Amino acid sequence: MFYRESGVFKTSYAADTALMPLPNTRIGAALAGVIFLAVLPMVFGEYGMSICNLILIAIVGAIGLNILVGYTDQVSLGHGAFMSVGAYAAANLVVRMDMPFWVAIPAGGVMAAFIGTLVGIPSLRIKGLYLAITTLAAQLIIEWTINHVPAISGGAQSTILMPPPEVFGVVLKFQWQIYFFLMVFVIIAMVGAANLIRSRIGRAFIAIRDQDIAAEIIGINIARYKLYAFAISSFYAGVAGVLYTYYLGIANYEQFQLTVSIDFLAMIIIGGLGSPLGPVFGAIFVTLLPILVRRFLETFGGYFMDYSTLAATIPSLRLAIFGSLIIFFLVVEPEGLNRLWRKVRNYFRTWPFSY
Amino acid sequence: MGDHHVSMPADILPHLTVDAVEKRFGGVVAVDNISLAIRRGEIRSIIGPNGAGKTSLLNTISGFYRPEKGSIRFEGHDITHARPSEIAERGIARTFQNIALFAGMTVLDNLMLGRHVHMRAGVLASFVYWGMAQREELAHRIRVEEILDFLELQDIRKQFTSALPYGMRKRVELGRALALEPKLMLLDEPMGGMNQGEKEDMARFVQDVNQKFGTTIVLIEHDMAVVMDISDSVTVLDRGRKIAEGTPDEVQRNPAVIEAYLGAGHQAGAAA
Ligand SMILES: Nc1ncnc2c1ncn2[C@@H]1O[C@H](COP(=O)(O)OP(=O)(O)OP(=O)(O)O)[C@@H](O)[C@H]1O
Ligand SMILES: [Mg+2]
Repeated sequence: MFYRESGVFKTSYAADTALMPLPNTRIGAALAGVIFLAVLPMVFGEYGMSICNLILIAIVGAIGLNILVGYTDQVSLGHGAFMSVGAYAAANLVVRMDMPFWVAIPAGGVMAAFIGTLVGIPSLRIKGLYLAITTLAAQLIIEWTINHVPAISGGAQSTILMPPPEVFGVVLKFQWQIYFFLMVFVIIAMVGAANLIRSRIGRAFIAIRDQDIAAEIIGINIARYKLYAFAISSFYAGVAGVLYTYYLGIANYEQFQLTVSIDFLAMIIIGGLGSPLGPVFGAIFVTLLPILVRRFLETFGGYFMDYSTLAATIPSLRLAIFGSLIIFFLVVEPEGLNRLWRKVRNYFRTWPFSY
Repeated sequence: MGDHHVSMPADILPHLTVDAVEKRFGGVVAVDNISLAIRRGEIRSIIGPNGAGKTSLLNTISGFYRPEKGSIRFEGHDITHARPSEIAERGIARTFQNIALFAGMTVLDNLMLGRHVHMRAGVLASFVYWGMAQREELAHRIRVEEILDFLELQDIRKQFTSALPYGMRKRVELGRALALEPKLMLLDEPMGGMNQGEKEDMARFVQDVNQKFGTTIVLIEHDMAVVMDISDSVTVLDRGRKIAEGTPDEVQRNPAVIEAYLGAGHQAGAAA
């Protein structure tokens, strides 16, 4: 997406700025399209598709966080809370006012963007650890507020039942239907983010990340652009929160707690900060890993521990694994899985000639 | 030589007015009661020994430092307390003594960033891209290519600036400043650390910019030959104060200037 190559000559500036400048990329994208749109839904059953759906929702959220953390170099531990803002905003609209999904989803995004922008205001003064702590505080305050204000949370157990989305008169009940529904938003989210990054707004984000003094001197209003980054990032979070609510069939604040914020940070760090495909790899990895670990332990764990130890181990093991992976990727491989992917890709770019 | 300015009316308002500006750092008075009147279209050099306050003065003009006293006016607007980004929007561009390029980006992207204040695409237009943002992107790309041609940077447009030799990076930084289409350029030692050939190229580019676009230029430079060659007027600073001002010839013959430079030379000699 963002690499160029000799031997492929551009004849216009438009071709030079295209999203996928190389024929190989376009072939790859077409191949991915066939796999994700035709092959996967044919080979997987309901359970397989439900995991794919979790991944798709995670991709939307991770792309958003990557814009804030990867491209603008701000930090947020409130991504989970911004998802919950979107989730409850949408659930209230749907349940109380009978709104269709195409109103509920953007509305959830806008509401989250509004709250996210407010939470981003301290970033104008502070950075790094201090910003992490203010966003952590925001996460906890939002959790508490939703849980304690029945007008938002619907009262009973802070849970609102969410009817499945209805598209052209069809109520989406099966996981494969939800899959195609989610895929539309994933594609919009990915293309939109790539567009942002290759144009004026995204360049300004990267400028702030790389050299904030120089960014100011060429006329970038740093305060304004930091808030844009918070707004865009939490808009994505809000949309992901609504999608998750449709997927689960309920809005519930426990689904959006601090661990979720940390999972999203893990995704973008493991996937590769500030790379277009990093959030995708990270979302796949972080979603699948606990499921595979659980599978493994449930199958083989019985040999070396009893069942109750096992049940207690799995959640903490998950955190331990993510913790170690975050440290590993931050220290050893800051470019994340995306770099692995680049190596594979570079190999195939010249294939079958290895020079 | 800048003699094309001679025909300008003498009573025209200064392009940039610095009025009795003071900037302190603790006990150090980096800029001590300095006033300047920079004419539109001139090349003004600011010289002085190390630590004289030249960079501090530019930082005050471009909004990075808030002066304790005094005021700064540009094209009739008070910019004393404006943010750096507002000052850029008004048409003042700047390069840095120690180069502040976006190292992880190509030369092209650095210059496209220089176009920032002239571009309009907001968040939504950028997100959608096809349409307004793309049209704008291509239009400004053409302007950037013109600047790349002008500064003879076409061959390296796709290179990352971190991979470029020092002299080239200085030229790219000039290009990024030029992309802003500034009315006033503040250049902090654009020839610092360059070899003779690179210096000559840079001096030529500075003069070309001044003549072709009529850009007013404030230039900090240590190389006296270059200063005397391209400046319309010269301001000399020493220990935060302005000690002399005038045409290159006048300044060169000024006893206070000779004293400041010889004094510094003696100290350097004694320290060595
Ligand atoms: N941010 C700062 N904090 C503290 N002191 C500063 C700061 N900036 C400049 N100074 C001090 O102000 C004085 C002037 O420094 P300045 O960098 O403006 O000099 P200069 O003329 O640009 O020197 P050079 O030729 O070495 O670049 C010096 O004594 C310097 O130590
Ligand atoms: Mg200096």
